[in-house]
Amino acid sequence: MEYQELAHFSETWGLVILLTMFLGGVVYALWPSNKSKFEKAAQLPLNDDVEAHQ
Amino acid sequence: MSETLSAGSPTGSSTPLMRFAALGTSILATLLGLLWALNAADTGMAIHGWIFTLASALTLGYLAKNLNPTKVNPFEAVDQGYSFSVVRYGAIASIFWGVVGFLVGLVIALQLAAPALNFDWPFTNFGRLRPLHTSAVIFAFGGNVLLCTSFYTVQRTCRTKLAGELAPWFVFWGYQLFIVLAATGYVLGITQGKEYAEPEWYVDLWLTVVWVVYLLVFLGTLMKRKEPHIYVGNWFFLAFIVTVAMLHLVNNTTIPLSLTSSSSVIVWSGVQDAMVQWWYGHNAVGFFLTAGFLGIMYYFVPKRAERPIYSYRLSIIHFWSLIFLYIWAGPHHLHYTALPDWAQTLGMVFSVMLWMPSWGGMINGLMTLSGAWDKLRTDPVIRMLVVSVAFYGMSTFEGPVMSIKAVNSLSHYTDWTIGHVHSGALGWVGFVSFGALYCLVPWVWGRERLYSVKMVSWHFWIATIGIVLYICAMWVAGIMQGLMWRTYNSLGFLEYSFAETVAAMSPYYWIRALGGLLFVIGSLIMAYNLYKTIRGDLREEDLPTGQVATA
Repeated sequence: MEYQELAHFSETWGLVILLTMFLGGVVYALWPSNKSKFEKAAQLPLNDDVEAHQ
Repeated sequence: MSETLSAGSPTGSSTPLMRFAALGTSILATLLGLLWALNAADTGMAIHGWIFTLASALTLGYLAKNLNPTKVNPFEAVDQGYSFSVVRYGAIASIFWGVVGFLVGLVIALQLAAPALNFDWPFTNFGRLRPLHTSAVIFAFGGNVLLCTSFYTVQRTCRTKLAGELAPWFVFWGYQLFIVLAATGYVLGITQGKEYAEPEWYVDLWLTVVWVVYLLVFLGTLMKRKEPHIYVGNWFFLAFIVTVAMLHLVNNTTIPLSLTSSSSVIVWSGVQDAMVQWWYGHNAVGFFLTAGFLGIMYYFVPKRAERPIYSYRLSIIHFWSLIFLYIWAGPHHLHYTALPDWAQTLGMVFSVMLWMPSWGGMINGLMTLSGAWDKLRTDPVIRMLVVSVAFYGMSTFEGPVMSIKAVNSLSHYTDWTIGHVHSGALGWVGFVSFGALYCLVPWVWGRERLYSVKMVSWHFWIATIGIVLYICAMWVAGIMQGLMWRTYNSLGFLEYSFAETVAAMSPYYWIRALGGLLFVIGSLIMAYNLYKTIRGDLREEDLPTGQVATA
């Protein structure tokens, strides 16, 4: 692949792909129905006095 | 002490087949080391060949002696089925390498103030001791802290023990061997001359093997988790492990002069080489010193404060924005060089954007204390953790400012950079590590509390004063140096010779060395306190009301 092709790809599709992935992460974080799941997850370090499951 | 150290034999309950395979591998490694030592093309390689042979032979001896393990784990009640032995080893290694690394830092700070301390001897020259210091604090101290805290966090939050029986031990001991090879190499003058990636090709290969096993142990533990959700601290740890692997492989693409030579030639050349180096270098900061230690913050701050993280949603956005932005910030190390202008601007813009995730993360950490601020007064461990987050905020504010081209034209190549690095390294990485160790040691040794809570307070204040002295001295020295370099007289000549700028910095170098000395003293207090805690001693102290007595 030539340098020009690589630069063109990164300036167009590369940008679109990475931005979409990032926005996906943000949407996942803010999605209303995930709220209760995250609230439970936030308690994980606090309720960890349990024996290991093998 | 020796009894506690050998607790939970590494051979644990692994299958006989696995143990024989490990035995066979260490026989091969011993032979390979011998072959290398005897055919070495240079002295450095011969010494490293012997070190490798010795390490393999010791492993072989240990495995052969413990082929049918009968030892019981004296910490069975504490461990609750988790693999905490390797965490205990990692904590001890962290304390040891921390003190060593800080001491070497103090030595080179004194060498800058008083060059006679180089002793005109190649082995103690600043040029060799400086990478010894940076590698010892970043990779030996920081690396061991990350190793033991990530192994602890992933087990606790996944409610399952580490994947593999021998593999976690291979990661621990293999990493120590990497440190010894790197450190002895620097003193012997073996270096590929890449900042924060000085070890030569064969040491790089060894680290690659160790790191892949680390990744597999971590992934394997995540895969057999008993909780549906992977806690966010583990995301940061995983990002740290994966990204460091990628950076390490690309940045160290070298061709050895021969299979028995300790020298190699890098495949990148010119400005591409510079860009690869700082893509690596800045992401070593972003993913080793930031993402990894944020993993610590996201577990230890909530755990110690006994409150959930301020906003779990913010932690996810913090994670993804940090990951997507950091990787592009490297070019700000190459402002006003042969690097294309657009790449420099790109590095600058992404560095400025990094402000947001960094401060989002800082707010998330600090606000976890919301409603429990009194703990700052009563618990010096939480104070250490919180101040580390404050330093994280401060140095991630300063970094973007320094990445702006106009500011960088003043700050670059001056001691301002050194001050910036140390506000992050001593304040953020150092303090969050100390805070985590103060939590971890009583937890994994099953102690009621630390030997002395007062000593933590002493450590905190002495080290904080040390950091303030250090960074203030370097701000003044750096800005003065930068201004002196760019001062012209009325005829258009430079006003100051280079030697004059060096002489002008002498008082600040002494202040910096004093700051470093205080930081070392603090770490020695910690080492003593944790040693006594491990022994199970308790110092009689009046604990302030509300003090968390247990870990």
